[in-house]
Amino acid sequence: MAKKAAFKKKATKKVSIKKVVKVVKKLNGPQQTIESLLELIRITSTVVPDDVFKAIERNAKNEEKNTTADYAMGIIKENIDLAKYKSQPLCQDTGTVIFYIYHPAGFHQTTFKELIKKSVTLATKKGYLRQNSVNSLTGENAGTNLGEGHPSIHFYEHKGSEVEVKLVLKGGGCENVSAQYSLPNTALSAGRDLEGVRKVIIDAVYKAQGKGCGPGALGVCVGGDRADSAYYAKKQLLRKLDDSNPNKDLDKLEKEIVETCNKLGIGPMGFGGKTTLLSCKITSANRVPASFFVTISYMCWAFRRQGIVMNKNFAIKKWLY
Amino acid sequence: MKKLDYPFSVEAVRKLKVGDMVLITGKLFTGRDAVHKYLHDGNKPPVNLKNQIIYHCGPVTMKDKNGKWTVTAAGPTTSIREEPYQWEVIRDYGIVGVIGKGGMGQKTLDACKEYGCVYLHAVGGAAQVLAEKIKSVDGLFLEEFGLPEAIWELSVVDFPVVVTMDAHGNSLHKEVEAHSKEMMKEIL
Repeated sequence: MAKKAAFKKKATKKVSIKKVVKVVKKLNGPQQTIESLLELIRITSTVVPDDVFKAIERNAKNEEKNTTADYAMGIIKENIDLAKYKSQPLCQDTGTVIFYIYHPAGFHQTTFKELIKKSVTLATKKGYLRQNSVNSLTGENAGTNLGEGHPSIHFYEHKGSEVEVKLVLKGGGCENVSAQYSLPNTALSAGRDLEGVRKVIIDAVYKAQGKGCGPGALGVCVGGDRADSAYYAKKQLLRKLDDSNPNKDLDKLEKEIVETCNKLGIGPMGFGGKTTLLSCKITSANRVPASFFVTISYMCWAFRRQGIVMNKNFAIKKWLY
Repeated sequence: MKKLDYPFSVEAVRKLKVGDMVLITGKLFTGRDAVHKYLHDGNKPPVNLKNQIIYHCGPVTMKDKNGKWTVTAAGPTTSIREEPYQWEVIRDYGIVGVIGKGGMGQKTLDACKEYGCVYLHAVGGAAQVLAEKIKSVDGLFLEEFGLPEAIWELSVVDFPVVVTMDAHGNSLHKEVEAHSKEMMKEIL
């Protein structure tokens, strides 16, 4: 009798655990993912990463007092503080929403994509994102930030066991001044070498003046086809501003470009002044012999980039920036 | 720091000079791409823009339970996109100020001089500092363009801008561009 009861108890227990696990998977898993992604969007939209803030603060000190440049840098710093305090978007243009997801093998991309879309819709309702996605043919704005190609989502399988999600919000003003050059460029006397690369990058910064919400930060790709070059250039924006390039030549070029551009006198907002560029990050991709593209992705001072590592339950384990 | 208070006038804006840092108190009307194209296509504005200031801005707006609107983020958008239309809007509807970012071209600069208007540069991306200066939303027009593209009538206090194109033919953008071009020649 006792034996039978114990057996029964054990059996019941086994069933109930299975049930619980199923229910958790069905409800809490997706719910937790949405919550984590929503928090990632909120922080990205409202707080600049530490490395960006430090660069702005350091440069603000260099501007002469009581100039329009000093005034602009003051408002920029005030805005960063206020956005964080109020938990409101740093800039009203919450940009193209770009996700980079690094996951282990066996990860279900389709499900994750759906959860990203739900989080983006929710973030829009809460005002962390503006209703910013427009149908290019009809002009219709569905008000959800969802549509063909929106949000932009990139998946990568990595060897780690955890899921990492990085997010960039890329505003339209700075995207409009991003540029692609094909070398050689006769007008700039820019040849197919690093000196030519240097010239076109400086030209892009000159042309962006006043329009890209400077001081800006650059992501650059040397080489690749037109599409890949733009993709890799933008991906350089995931690097911390104070890091170093493992390629010594590129590291030297990155530093030289920042120094040179800050001598142009364009200044914050193009008001004139010393701070034109906060950083420049360069990568390269192979090209075919006939092509030599250099793509410059310009990011405004409201540099919205953040990332999270998720634990096994999809809760936020760690912030990446 | 100078002040520009409502009601605005051609006389008041003619006193402003390139480089002036100005605090605006009064009324602003947002208007960006869709609104400018709409006016250019010959449609009449839904509000009288005489002696008003237009703000190139697509704000983030929220409606509360009682149907009351608040602006939660409101920085300027790039103005040069309105260059083909702005001079006409200045001429035909008598606006005396344009707020935006990045400055505008020769046509607008000429219209500013001829009809009495200034271009006022707000700090791009400073959506929170600027939204904080908006004290109330007093009207919403052309809502069918989508909320960022509609005309929002806003009351502001001490809204911070820099005069970068004045009513006397001067442009800070031209100056900075000429200077940086010289510097670039030396560097390259």
